[in-house]
Amino acid sequence: MITSPTVNQVGSLAWRSIVRQARQPAHVIPPLLFPLALLAVNSGGLHAATSLPGFPTKSFVAFALAVPFIQGALFATLNGGADLARDIQTGFLNRLALTPMRSSAVIAGHLAGVVAQGIFQTTFYLVVGLAIGVGIHAGIGGGLVILVLAALVCLGFGAFGTFVALQTGSGEATQATFPIFFVFLFISSMNMPRNLLGHTWFRIAATINPVSYLIEGFRSLVIQGWNFEALGLAFGVAIGFAVVAITLSSLAMKRRMTRT
Amino acid sequence: MSQYLSGAFGLAWRVVWKILRNPALLAPQLIFPLFFFTAFAGGLSRVQTVDGFNFPPGYTAFQFVFVLLQSAAFGGVFTGFGIASDFEYGFTRRLFIAVPHRSAIVVGYGIAAVGRWAMTATLLTVVALVARMDVIGGPVDLIRLYTLALLVNITALFWACGIAMRFRSLQAGPVMQLPVFLILFLAPVYVPLSLLHGWLHTVASVNPVTQLLETGRDLIAGEPAPAGTTFGLALLLGAAFCAWAFRGLRRAEAAG
Repeated sequence: MITSPTVNQVGSLAWRSIVRQARQPAHVIPPLLFPLALLAVNSGGLHAATSLPGFPTKSFVAFALAVPFIQGALFATLNGGADLARDIQTGFLNRLALTPMRSSAVIAGHLAGVVAQGIFQTTFYLVVGLAIGVGIHAGIGGGLVILVLAALVCLGFGAFGTFVALQTGSGEATQATFPIFFVFLFISSMNMPRNLLGHTWFRIAATINPVSYLIEGFRSLVIQGWNFEALGLAFGVAIGFAVVAITLSSLAMKRRMTRT
Repeated sequence: MSQYLSGAFGLAWRVVWKILRNPALLAPQLIFPLFFFTAFAGGLSRVQTVDGFNFPPGYTAFQFVFVLLQSAAFGGVFTGFGIASDFEYGFTRRLFIAVPHRSAIVVGYGIAAVGRWAMTATLLTVVALVARMDVIGGPVDLIRLYTLALLVNITALFWACGIAMRFRSLQAGPVMQLPVFLILFLAPVYVPLSLLHGWLHTVASVNPVTQLLETGRDLIAGEPAPAGTTFGLALLLGAAFCAWAFRGLRRAEAAG
C-alpha cells in the first residue's frame, strides 16, 4: 500500500528532478530544438517520397511528426540517467540511503521527473506541429492519447536509463547508450512506411524493431485517426518495455544500495 | 625543417595511436558513418523511384557520396575534440614549448585528421562494395572524389581546430559539431536538389556543400562534373578555415 510518507518522498524527488532539469539550459533547449530541426530537414528532403504509390499521406511533416516524440523521450532519458549517475558519483545517493527513504521512491521520483519532461516536450512538438499546419486526424482525444503514449515511452526509456546509471554509476556510460537508441530509431519505419522499404533485410529489421511500432502508434493518430491495431501494438510495446526496464532498474537499485 | 616535420608527424602519430588504443574513441568514428550509410541507403532506397530522380548508379552510390563527405567532415571535427581535450589536460601548453615552430601543431593535427579519416573511408568503401554499390565513374573520377573528401576533411579540421584553440575546452564540442551537422543536412542529402521542396531547396541552393555533394555524385556516376569550380570552392573554403585555425593558434599562444 502506498503510504503518505512514500508519496511525499516520491513528490520531493520528482520535484527535485524537474527543477534540476529546468535549471540546465543544455538539458532543456537541445531536446526541444534538435528533433524539430531534424523534422524540418527530413520533411524538406523527403517531401518527394510522398508521391510514391502507397505512401499514406501527402504531408511528410505529418508523417514524420511521430519521430520527435521518440527523440524527445531519448533526450529526457539520457539527461535523467546522467543526473542520476551524477547523484551516484557525488555521493548523493549514498546519503539518501542513510535516510528512511525507500529505494522504490527514489526510482519513482526520478522517473516522475523524466516523464514530466517528456510530456512537456511532447506538448511542445504537438503545438509546433499544429502551428505549421499538421492536423491530428484523431482529434483532441487523439492528442491526449499521444501524450499518454509519450508518457509511457518516457517511463520505459527513462527506466532503462535509470538501470544503466545505477548499474554503471557513470554519466559517461549513460550518455554512451544514446547511439544504441539512435540505431534502433534509424533502423525503423521512421522515414518510410514498412511496406515501402525497398530492401528486404531492412524491412525485416524494421519489423522486428519495437521502435517501429511506437512510431506507427503515434503516426496513426496523426495521419489516420483511430487505428486500434497500431495503437494496441504501440501501447503493448511501451508497457512491456516499461515493465522490463522498471524491473531491471529496481534490481539494480537493490544491488547499488547493498554496495553502499 | 626535419625538426618541424618530426614535431608534426610525432603529434599526428600520438593522436592516431591514442585512437587506436581506445575503442571508445575509435568505434564512433568507424560505426557512425556505416550506420548512416545503412539507414539511408537501406531504408530510403525506394526514393529512387520517385519521378525526376535520375541517378544511374543507384541509391546506394547516391548515399555513399554523402556519407563519405560526412565521414570526412566528422573526421576533422572529432580531431578537434582531441585538440580541446589536449588543452584541458595541459598537453598542448607543453607542446607549445616543445615544438620548434608552433604551426607544426596545426599541421600535426591535420595529418592526424587525414589518418583517422583514411581508416573510416577504407572501411566505408569496403562495406559499400560488399553491398554491391555500382560505380560508373573511372579511376580518375574516383581519385577526384576521394581528393574532394580529403579537402572536406582538412577544412573541417581547420574549423574545429580554430574553435578548440579559442575555447581550449571540451565544452566547445557542440560549437564544433552542430554547424557542421547542420550545413551537411541542409544540402540535398536524400534526393537531388531539383526534388527538394520549399525552404530547404532555397537554403540548399546557396549551401556550398550542395556543390561538393553534387560534384561527388557526378564523379561516381561518371558524368561530366564541374570539377574546376568545385575544387576551387573547396580550396577557397580550406584556405579561409586555415586562416581561422592559425589565428586561433595565435590566440591560444597569447592566452599562454
